[in-house]
Amino acid sequence: MILEAFIQGVGVLGPGLSGWPDAAAVLTGTRHYAPEPTVLPTPSLLQSTERRRTGRVVRLSLAIASEAVAQAGIASQHLRSVFSSSGGDGHNCHEICQSLAADPREISPTRFSNSVHNASAGYWSIATGATLASTVLCAFDASFCAGLLEAVTQVSVDREPVLLVAYDTEYPDPLHAKRPVPDAFGIAMVLTPGCDERSSARVEVALDDGPADTLHDSRLEALRRAIPAARSLPLMRQLALREQGRVILEYLDVCHLAVGVAPCR
Amino acid sequence: MSPLIIKTFTAASCIGRGLEQTLGALIEERSGLEPCRFETVILDTHVGEVAGVDTQPLPPELGRFDCRNNRLAELALRLDGFDEAVAKAASRWGSRRVGVFMGTSTSGILQTELAYRRRDPVSGELPPDFDYGATHNSFSVADYVRRRFRLDGPAAAVSCACASSAKVFATAQRMLGSDLIDAAVIGGVDSLCLTTLYGFHSLQLCSPAPCRPFDTARDGISIGEAAAFALLERLSDEAASDDVLLLGVGESNDAYHMSAPHPEGHGARRAMQLALSDAHLEPGDIDYINLHGTGTPSNDRAESQAVTSVFGATTPCSSTKGATGHTLGAAGALEAVIAALALRHGLMPAGVNTANVDPTLTANYLKAKRVGPIARVQSNSFGFGGSNCSLILGRAG
Repeated sequence: MILEAFIQGVGVLGPGLSGWPDAAAVLTGTRHYAPEPTVLPTPSLLQSTERRRTGRVVRLSLAIASEAVAQAGIASQHLRSVFSSSGGDGHNCHEICQSLAADPREISPTRFSNSVHNASAGYWSIATGATLASTVLCAFDASFCAGLLEAVTQVSVDREPVLLVAYDTEYPDPLHAKRPVPDAFGIAMVLTPGCDERSSARVEVALDDGPADTLHDSRLEALRRAIPAARSLPLMRQLALREQGRVILEYLDVCHLAVGVAPCR
Repeated sequence: MSPLIIKTFTAASCIGRGLEQTLGALIEERSGLEPCRFETVILDTHVGEVAGVDTQPLPPELGRFDCRNNRLAELALRLDGFDEAVAKAASRWGSRRVGVFMGTSTSGILQTELAYRRRDPVSGELPPDFDYGATHNSFSVADYVRRRFRLDGPAAAVSCACASSAKVFATAQRMLGSDLIDAAVIGGVDSLCLTTLYGFHSLQLCSPAPCRPFDTARDGISIGEAAAFALLERLSDEAASDDVLLLGVGESNDAYHMSAPHPEGHGARRAMQLALSDAHLEPGDIDYINLHGTGTPSNDRAESQAVTSVFGATTPCSSTKGATGHTLGAAGALEAVIAALALRHGLMPAGVNTANVDPTLTANYLKAKRVGPIARVQSNSFGFGGSNCSLILGRAG
């Protein structure tokens, strides 16, 4: 079976990258890349009580998902979702571990509810009323490709449109020293089984031995290597160029993903 | 979907190591729940702890993965010839054609909880021997399994709270369906840790007594731990009559609340219906339902409504969590193994600990086991974040 999907919307946020048009300009070299701390918007989708309860990981994932879905022109309720993250909410995890090492050991109920790896997917579904299947993955540094593969198999096998959201945020110290993800980066895409006027490109995905592609711009390459979800950047660059091409994305040790890209118009 | 064959399966939980002990406990209607003596935890609750996890060694070359969660995984991989079956599949199909998809909610977070007690008093640093990626990270157990068997196919951890290791069946089904792989090592591993014990306690969801799903007096869950594994392949002509097949999977989302189910079980109902349509079956084709049945008042009420709305009030059902405890991210895989045993041995397990079934719960809840041929079992798993998954397993003949 050929694993194919059509990209119908993209959302991006990262250090010095604010939205897909901005990221596309950087990736094609139209705009100079100047890394700055990632700016995360307030999650307008959430009610004020929930907004107060959520951290950076939810703000990041909801912002990029919203951007991608707005471009796609498909209601969130009609999209399945695949969320993939290398670590979940690091700040929340730190607070829990700190509380559990103290006396008395007390965790707030909200902290515990937010500690699940699928918290972002839960808030997204509650905010948008999305009741279709939602899968949440982790594959450490390989999390982006794990998510892409899951999303593309859903599109190809089940013939359903899927929202892919891949995102990572930093841990605070002392965990940061053990897992030095420097900042927040996320990429979201709406992938559909068929082509229409909103489709920007057709992608075809296969397993490949590699080697994985790197980026010529040293600062973008540093970003690709530093944050797991940024392993998507060679694909994002190919999409931004709006040219036919093939990229190899870093996945697991000797198992990478080759992605053929063909613009739709 | 086209049926898939579950070539080999095994499980370790507080009711037994391996299929023989697990089946024995189900036949004897025995619970493995005991008052909590785990680690330094002081909570008035019962847990389903697996004996001997702390002394289970890992292969020396995988020493960096050493943590309770991976020790529990290793302990179970050695049962019922599961490790040999995986090795055989790898040599038959090639290491690149075998995928690994593991469900877990907390992975080896206990390792981080313990490391936070050993922070450097001056710098606050974590101890040098602490390895985040190989222990705490959600991918750790999937990575452990793929390295343990030198598998190079696609791999991921599915972490959707308590639906995690039911959903690995769906992921594996798609990977096999798209011909990316020829076999999938799937399963669920979750081990006792402070985050879940104190966390569920903070939500006032833990019962002080052994949990009593569907009982009038039910007052919360008992947390358990388990590792359960299955080897999934496409169905060939060779299936024997007592082989167990995966017939259908249904997934949905409540879109309602982070830690409470939809009060009428809408998402749960949808997951069950989708599994039935995936399997091309009608509700009347299901002989027994292994419920999610956690033992909290609201979960059981919502699930009973969902079950009744799909199946009516006659299909026999029970929760095995009174025996095993709620093994969280491992529950889906553990209960799939229990469903497979039910099919193979003609046994509908009893809902142990439950003395008086709540009369307002209209599903046909089994307080005592039933013995007799069973062709198809449905198994439910629901989790925080509104994640729902329902599996249908059946006998090949």
